[in-house]
Amino acid sequence: MTETAVHVRGLSKRYGGTPVVDGLDLDIAHGEVFALLGPNGAGKTTTVEILEGYRDRDAGTVAVLGEDPGKAGRDWRSRIGIVSQTATDASELTVREVVTHFAANYPRHRDPETVIEQVGLGEHAKKRVGRLSGGQRRRVDVALGIIGDPELLFLDEPTTGFDPEARVKFWQLIRQLSAEGTTILLTTHYLDEVEALANRVAVIARGRLKTIGEPETLGGRATAGAVVSWREDGRLMERETTNPDQFVAELVGKSGGHVPGLSVQRPSLEDVYLQLIGTSEDLDTTPELRKETA
Amino acid sequence: MTTQTTPSVRQARPQPPNVIRVGLSRGALELRQFFRERDAVVFTFSLPVVMLVLLAGIFNDTIPDTGVKASQVFAASMIAAGIMSTTFVSLGTGIAQDREDGTLKRLRGTPTPMTSYFIGKVLMVLVVSFAEVIVLLALGKVMFDLQMPSDAGKWLTFGWVFLLGVIGCALLGIAISSVPRSAKSASAVIMLPFIGLQFVSGVLFNPIKELPSPMVEIGSFFPLKWMAQGFRSVFLPDSMTFQEVAGSWEPGRTALVLVAWCVGGLVLCLLTFRWKNSRQG
Ligand SMILES: Nc1ncnc2c1ncn2[C@@H]1O[C@H](COP(=O)(O)OP(=O)(O)OP(=O)(O)O)[C@@H](O)[C@H]1O
Ligand SMILES: [Mg+2]
Repeated sequence: MTETAVHVRGLSKRYGGTPVVDGLDLDIAHGEVFALLGPNGAGKTTTVEILEGYRDRDAGTVAVLGEDPGKAGRDWRSRIGIVSQTATDASELTVREVVTHFAANYPRHRDPETVIEQVGLGEHAKKRVGRLSGGQRRRVDVALGIIGDPELLFLDEPTTGFDPEARVKFWQLIRQLSAEGTTILLTTHYLDEVEALANRVAVIARGRLKTIGEPETLGGRATAGAVVSWREDGRLMERETTNPDQFVAELVGKSGGHVPGLSVQRPSLEDVYLQLIGTSEDLDTTPELRKETA
Repeated sequence: MTTQTTPSVRQARPQPPNVIRVGLSRGALELRQFFRERDAVVFTFSLPVVMLVLLAGIFNDTIPDTGVKASQVFAASMIAAGIMSTTFVSLGTGIAQDREDGTLKRLRGTPTPMTSYFIGKVLMVLVVSFAEVIVLLALGKVMFDLQMPSDAGKWLTFGWVFLLGVIGCALLGIAISSVPRSAKSASAVIMLPFIGLQFVSGVLFNPIKELPSPMVEIGSFFPLKWMAQGFRSVFLPDSMTFQEVAGSWEPGRTALVLVAWCVGGLVLCLLTFRWKNSRQG
């Protein structure tokens, strides 16, 4: 087994002269759930599709499960699972037909009926894929992504269109796959999804890596200043501090045990994220706008 | 959500399934999809049937000194157009569609061999073409006095013209599927040569020898003319050869041209096949 499931150095891709992926470095360990985060057009799908072997790259080295995806063959493809951002195929087939069919294409596969249940399509197994709702159709893609019992699973915005319950169920499924040792590369726009699932997250904007780390500590989140707020004499009090533990202890001591309306807030992942992509991108994308407002 | 425990230590994967077996299961899937997709059935399966009913219904006078009716000539020739429809048109539009809706992309992301995809398509096309021919033959016999030959040799001719025609036109269909830029434009791009060839190949206009010779030359380059001629040789009496360009059925030349198209079509496919649209990166 190679050291990392995904190894990327200096990955670049241009369309019509414009760099879309620009010198990206990534390492994803075996068994890791890795999230790729970034605004629309950041280059997430392009990156993922290069790793899946769908697109050529202009520069850089890429090893996915130890092989170059651009040259890898059938054996390699039986070890990966893909859920693409958009798919509208197989609309005339039923859920069961399409899942069963693809199962038989893999050297080793999960049980189709179990997988259909796992993605929550049990009662729709006999329906044609083209007649499913948007979120149900997406679940077929997830089923087809995991049917071959992949070692590495690519998920490009897998939960787009999922209702809240389906999303929570999907998260459970991902955790279970991860517990079974599956490596997962996930792109998403949902920050709660990143917090719920990812061991590590990379933020990219305009094809460049902005930051990479654990969701809990991203952008210095864990050590950034916290805002402590509480009520005193009917007024809302706020204090920014780098040491909230000590401050709260003092508050509790002063008030003799009960502090009304006490809360401690650290920057949310969303705060950090918006700050990261805000400073990176808009400085040079909207100069006209800036002039006008200035 | 069910909990399922798979050992986290992954054992070595067994060999991937056999290419032919995957191809067979794709063939079954393709057939199911074809007959469920009403547009495809109407477009490629019913069109030749409707054309036969209309044309043979309009032109049913007897050709002087032969005892053969014009409708019989149409019925025999239309079998060739029927095959071209269920192979060339069906694959040309169908593969353009597969390219657009992500079918081909999905296949490339799974261990499905591309050979199996083509085996599936060819099987689908063979079955659908066979069904098409049965329908056209039945209609020809019941409505337009098409004579079923009693001679085994003629049925043998029928067999090889059918098989070579299906393969040649199917390969041409796979090749032309790369020409349209999107699935939307595919049917227009593919109908153009289909309709055009029917005029210059002795399907919509007979006798073919009365066509201007540049048209005959264009028609003679493609398989449809030879298939139509081959089917006429099966279902019409030899007295009808006077309407052919060469004044005979030319079985040898027919076989040669069709085999050449099978080989040339394969080369063309291998050289031109695209897995994705230009927009798909
Ligand atoms: N085939 C293509 N031809 C030209 N430009 C392309 C092509 N594919 C992607 N691009 C461009 O590359 C950029 C990155 O696209 P990509 O699909 O990778 O973004 P993304 O991060 O996945 O966005 P989203 O969150 O909207 O899915 C976009 O500006 C897009 O217009
Ligand atoms: Mg995307």
